[in-house]
Amino acid sequence: MGWFWKFTNSSIGKKLVMSITGILLIIFLIIHLAGNLTLYWGEKAFITYAGTLELLKPLIRIIEVLLALVFIFHIINGVRVWWGNKKSKPIDYKINAKFKNSSIFSRTMIQSASIIFIFLVIHLDTIWYPYNVGTGAENLYGIVTSLFAIPLYSWFYIFAMVLLGFHLNHGFQSAFQTMGWNHKKYFPLIQKIGTIYAILMAVGFASLPIYFLYFHGR
Amino acid sequence: MDEKKLNIKLKIWRQSGPNTVGSFVDYNVSISPDASFLEMLDELNNSLEKNNQDPIVFESDCREGICGTCGMVINGEPHGPLRKIATCQLHMRNFKDGQTIWVEPFRAKAFPVIKDLAVDRSAFDKIIQVGGYISVNTGGVPDANSIPISKEIASEAFDSAACIGCGACVAACKNGSAMLFVSAKVTQFALLPQGQPERQKRVEAMVAKMDEFGFGSCSNTYACEAECPKGISVVNIAKLNHEYRLAKIKSKNVEV
Ligand code: SF4
Repeated sequence: MGWFWKFTNSSIGKKLVMSITGILLIIFLIIHLAGNLTLYWGEKAFITYAGTLELLKPLIRIIEVLLALVFIFHIINGVRVWWGNKKSKPIDYKINAKFKNSSIFSRTMIQSASIIFIFLVIHLDTIWYPYNVGTGAENLYGIVTSLFAIPLYSWFYIFAMVLLGFHLNHGFQSAFQTMGWNHKKYFPLIQKIGTIYAILMAVGFASLPIYFLYFHGR
Repeated sequence: MDEKKLNIKLKIWRQSGPNTVGSFVDYNVSISPDASFLEMLDELNNSLEKNNQDPIVFESDCREGICGTCGMVINGEPHGPLRKIATCQLHMRNFKDGQTIWVEPFRAKAFPVIKDLAVDRSAFDKIIQVGGYISVNTGGVPDANSIPISKEIASEAFDSAACIGCGACVAACKNGSAMLFVSAKVTQFALLPQGQPERQKRVEAMVAKMDEFGFGSCSNTYACEAECPKGISVVNIAKLNHEYRLAKIKSKNVEV
C-alpha cells in the first residue's frame, strides 16, 4: 500500500481527496438544506421531519460517522494543501495583480473555509450536541428557533453562509476540474451550475435566520 | 528623429546573489515607445555600464516569443499586462508617459533567484528529463505519415506542445504550482500514438519530480492560463489529473 500512501500525498492526490470529499459534502448540503426548509412549514412539519430521521437512527448514526470522516478528511487535507502551497510560494510580489488573472473566490478558499469551520463548531455545539447528547427530550424546533432569536448568532450564521457560497462557487467547478472532467462542451455549464448551486445554498440556509429573526411571528 | 519619448519610472528588484537580501532600486528612463521592454532594459544597462555600475541581470534569447527564456513580473503580472505574449513582445507604447513600472523576478520556492531578475528554472529541465520525451528506435528514417493521426488530434496535441517552458505559470500561481507546464507536456504525448508506450511511466515520473522540487498543488485559480504567453489551457491540467489518477490505478509501478 506504499504506492497508495504516496499517491494520496502527491500534489495531485491531495487535490483528489479535496475533490471527492468536496463532492460528497456538496450532496450532503442539498439534503441538509431540504430538511431545514421544512422549518418554513412550521413546528409540526419540522418535528415530523426530525422524527422521521429519529426512526432511522441506526442508519443516521452510520451516516453521521461517515460524514464526520468526510469533513475531517476535507478539513485536514485542505489545511495541508494550503500549508504546502504557502511554502511553495515563500515570497509574494510587491505589486499584486492577482485580481486580474483569477477570481476572488478561488483565492480565498482558506479564509472562507476558516469561517465555515468556526461556524461548524458552533453549529455542532449549539444544535447537534444538545439535541443528540443532551437530556434526550429536547425539542429540536425549540432549540433552533430560540437560537435564531439571538441576533449575534443569526448574523454570524448569515455571514458564514455567504462565505459558504463563496467557497462552493469555486469548489463546485474545482472538484470537476480536479477529477479531470473539463470538457469544452460541458465545463462552462458546470461552472454556471456551480454558481447557481452556491447561491441557492447560501440564500437557502441564510434565509432561515433572517426569517426567524425578523419575520416569524411578527 | 525627434519622436516623442516616454519617461518611465522603474522600480527594479536588485539582488546580488542567491543568498543575499534584495531590494527595489529606482531608475528613470526616457525611451522610444517602439522599444520592446527588453530593449528598454538594454538601454538602461548600457547607461549603467557607462557609469561603471553593475548592469541589471535578466534572461533573454530569441526575442520573438518562441524560446521561453525571458520572463519577469511586470506590475504584478508575469510577462506584463498584455495577454498571450512573452516579455520580449511587450512594447513600451503599452505604458503611459510618467508611469511607474515595478519589475520583479518570478517568485516560487522552486525558482530561486540567481541574480536580480534571473531565476533558476532548471527544475523544469529536470522534469522534462524524467519523462518529457518519447523513445524511438534508431535505424532507417520511417516514412512520413506512416502513423495515421487525425487533423483534430494533431492540432490538439500541437496546442499543448506550444508551451515554451517559460515558467510564467509558476510565477503567476499563488501556489507556485507547475501543473500547467507539466500538464501541457503530458497531454501533448498522451494524445499521440508515439506517446503511448511510456504514457503511464511518464506522468508518474514527471509528477513525482515536480513534487520533489516543491512546486505547489493546483487549486484551480486559473491564473496560469491567464498569464501564459502561449495561452495553454487549464483543460490540460484536467487531463493531467485524469492521466495521473489512471496511471496510479493501472500501472504496476509501486515505487513512485
Ligand atoms: S504553460 Fe505557458 S506559462 Fe507555463 S511554461 Fe508553458 S508557455 Fe510558459
